[in-house]
Amino acid sequence: MQIFKDTNFDFLGKKVPFIGLSLLLTLAGLVSLVMKGGPRYGIDFKGGTQIYVKFADKPSEDQVRTALSKRIPGAISVVAVQGTNELIIQTEIQNERELQSTRQSIEEVLISVFGSTPDKLDFAGAGAGRLFDRLNLPLQKAGVFISDEDLRKLIGGVLSVRDKQKGGMLASFDELSGVPGMTPQILSVLKQEAYLGKYVVRNTEVVGPKVGSELRTQALLATLYALGGMLIYVGLRFEFVYGFAAVIAVFHDTIITIGLFSLFDKEISLTVIAALLTLVGYSMNDTIVVFDRIRENLQRGRKGDLTALVNRSINETLSRTIMTSGLTFLTAVALWLFGGQVLNGFSFALVVGILVGTYSSIFVASPILIFWQDFSKKRGGDQKTGGSSPVVTTAKKLAAK
Amino acid sequence: MDRSLWIKIASILGVTLVCLYGIIGIPKNQRELVDNFNNNIKLGLDLRGGSQLVLQVQVQDAFKAEADQLMDRLKTELRTASIDYGSFDRNEPGSIEDADKIEIIGKGIPIAKAGEFRRLIGERFPEWNVTSTSSSDYKMTLKPTSALELRKKTVASAIRTIESRIDGLGLAEASVQQRGAAETEPEILVQMPGVDDPARIKQILQTAALLELYQVEEGPFPSREQMLNQFNGILPPGTKAVRGMGTQESWFLLKRAPVITGRDLRDSRSAQDPMNNGWVTTFVLSQDAAGRFGRFTEANINKRLAIVLDGQVRSAPTIQNKISDNGQITGAATQQEANDLALVLRAGSLPASVVYLEERTVGPSLGADSIREGLVSGTVGLAAVVLVMLVYYKKAGINATVALILNAIILIAILAFAGATLTLPGIAGIVLTIGMAVDSNVLIFERIREELSGGKAVRAAIDAGFSRAFLTIIDTHVTAVVSSAFLFIFGTTNVKGFAVTLIIGLLANVFTAVFVSKVIFDWELSGNKKLTTLSI
Repeated sequence: MQIFKDTNFDFLGKKVPFIGLSLLLTLAGLVSLVMKGGPRYGIDFKGGTQIYVKFADKPSEDQVRTALSKRIPGAISVVAVQGTNELIIQTEIQNERELQSTRQSIEEVLISVFGSTPDKLDFAGAGAGRLFDRLNLPLQKAGVFISDEDLRKLIGGVLSVRDKQKGGMLASFDELSGVPGMTPQILSVLKQEAYLGKYVVRNTEVVGPKVGSELRTQALLATLYALGGMLIYVGLRFEFVYGFAAVIAVFHDTIITIGLFSLFDKEISLTVIAALLTLVGYSMNDTIVVFDRIRENLQRGRKGDLTALVNRSINETLSRTIMTSGLTFLTAVALWLFGGQVLNGFSFALVVGILVGTYSSIFVASPILIFWQDFSKKRGGDQKTGGSSPVVTTAKKLAAK
Repeated sequence: MDRSLWIKIASILGVTLVCLYGIIGIPKNQRELVDNFNNNIKLGLDLRGGSQLVLQVQVQDAFKAEADQLMDRLKTELRTASIDYGSFDRNEPGSIEDADKIEIIGKGIPIAKAGEFRRLIGERFPEWNVTSTSSSDYKMTLKPTSALELRKKTVASAIRTIESRIDGLGLAEASVQQRGAAETEPEILVQMPGVDDPARIKQILQTAALLELYQVEEGPFPSREQMLNQFNGILPPGTKAVRGMGTQESWFLLKRAPVITGRDLRDSRSAQDPMNNGWVTTFVLSQDAAGRFGRFTEANINKRLAIVLDGQVRSAPTIQNKISDNGQITGAATQQEANDLALVLRAGSLPASVVYLEERTVGPSLGADSIREGLVSGTVGLAAVVLVMLVYYKKAGINATVALILNAIILIAILAFAGATLTLPGIAGIVLTIGMAVDSNVLIFERIREELSGGKAVRAAIDAGFSRAFLTIIDTHVTAVVSSAFLFIFGTTNVKGFAVTLIIGLLANVFTAVFVSKVIFDWELSGNKKLTTLSI
């Protein structure tokens, strides 16, 4: 099967509307960034507490928010995860001292809202150690003889059912009756000592504000260094103007992706930065494949002006570009659809970035090459007629080797 | 088929077997297969559930303590050398960065003794620089090399203490390590798999656990002011005021120098108090300290002794008779509290206070979900890519699929061999590698198609396709590796996991897409020398 065979689209002839589209997207992103006062940073970058809670029944966001705001100072955000009974709660931390107590305060508020059974252990949040300590004596008192080792094994089985099969919460203790080693007696002791809490904390992240601002600087530096590294490598392998064009294209992708994050009100977290840097590498790949072909065609000394040559090179690599982007896009979409809440921002960045990155190799990087040539020709033409552009000169030099 | 092709095929099979061995060992049954896999692939905290803390050692505390110690010793030395002095005082560096700026101001040293004073510092306290600020006043600062040494020592000893506390808690799989490249970096990373509520552990790690026994001069007083009033505003020389524990404010006047410090402890346990059924923490002194303590208690019967923990008087019992080597700390609310105190006392005191910078906890159910979601998205991604490749490139698609699967196997095996930890972003890295790895195959196949349509024979087209695409593949891989490398340098633990998988995946890809894939084509051709069409 072959879809793009000997295509001859005039990509560069239609560059104006596409560049317009790029500018529009960039502008929309920038406007959104300015209006919202910068990107929406995740907990990693701004510092604060984030607790990801799963509830037995659909919780009321407003109720949780109101209860929290009575107890905790600063901005509080409570966001429901779509299609689940889960909430993501974020609170601010003003100074490093609050790092100690913030998680506990939030949990105390949750208990006050969703209730607890006094003097019993919350089964939803209990770890193996606490369950063991809680059950050991009562089991003996109830006349159940079980060795410590067997009890630990049993608790291991119980937790495995709770966490791996039931997603951390049980509807009833009777769901545990199938666990190997479980007897009705033990189950009744468990019912007597523990209760099924209405929520379970799935993930807690507490980051001090100082760490956050350090990470922000580091992330920015890493992105800039990566771009600088690309510029140097492509500059060495090809020529400076190629490196320049490629880096502008990649920069364009990064800005648009960040802009879209702002437009969709998504958070920039550490993993999103990881995705952005991956995209830097990915978009560079795409651009280099096209540039490689331009260089090859130049070396062959094919006739015709640079615009036609670049256009032919894009067409020749089009099949590959579409295939690769399509396949990488497929895997990114798989991550986006099935990768879960934790990777959501990461895979969103990839899905968007792959589209933009592919597009930018054709409509941003290549036109810059031609623009550069026209520009230097004009300048060279003022001084002496017939001067050839550096792009072509280097290619000829390379060909001579 | 020629010999070199056989060698190539054999080496590919060899690599595959070694990699499979690295992942699953040699299993005898399905159960062993699962066990081996779980043993070889280490899961990160975000997948197996657990807690991670980042602590920062407040190094300036150690600098202040060092200066305090210097002042005490210096005063004694000056007295023996009969050099008069007015006063010694130190500044109060407020942050880790300012720790090196510690300085001691000594005032009122007679001009006639200036040379002797300088010589004494030079001989007895070579870690310190001394400069004069006026004819009788001096400023002492820590020499840069000594300051560096003190930083290192403080961080190293904090790590040791925290390690032994973690050991004491029975967290076998937990790890304590310094974060950052330099030995002086005051950040400590504690990772504790399986811990989902670190509140108690945080408390234990943060306790300074400095136990000191002092002779009580006076007290308790209901407030500091009342104590000062009794002495007309100035505390008697050689004493200090220390607050008592409890909700009700109380102050004790203690002798300045402790009789015993935490370093002199040999053991500590929790025990039930026979008097009131509450819980206490008992301690046993080392032999040397026991001798001192015995002499002290013998000479001070009916006086009071203050048990001070982390700068607070826990209790001030009256000495009934000679005690040689043991004592107890009261005031624990529960058995666990008494236990925890015993644990931190056994592990030793922290050289400086610690604060928390970060806490990340992943519950076990989220970890399990993440693994499942990672598997599902990986499988779906792989299936989609394989399907498209088979439809688009027909038989050559099989070639690419083999290369792709081998790519994934090598990647996972290298992670297993290197003992690397697989995190959720790491899984994302593997999934993404599938998409990016296939790029090399696409580049090569497209090139072969071009060469074929240009009129080349099958073998020539394949050779040309591989050799021409090779340079492009190197270029694209280098840029991807460069951006991943920056990610690795700057990233946190989880993001590093992603960068590592991506880099390994790309390197393995050069082997599978270029070498393995070519061998498969060669093998296909060797069966039929006169092949005129290629299924691609």
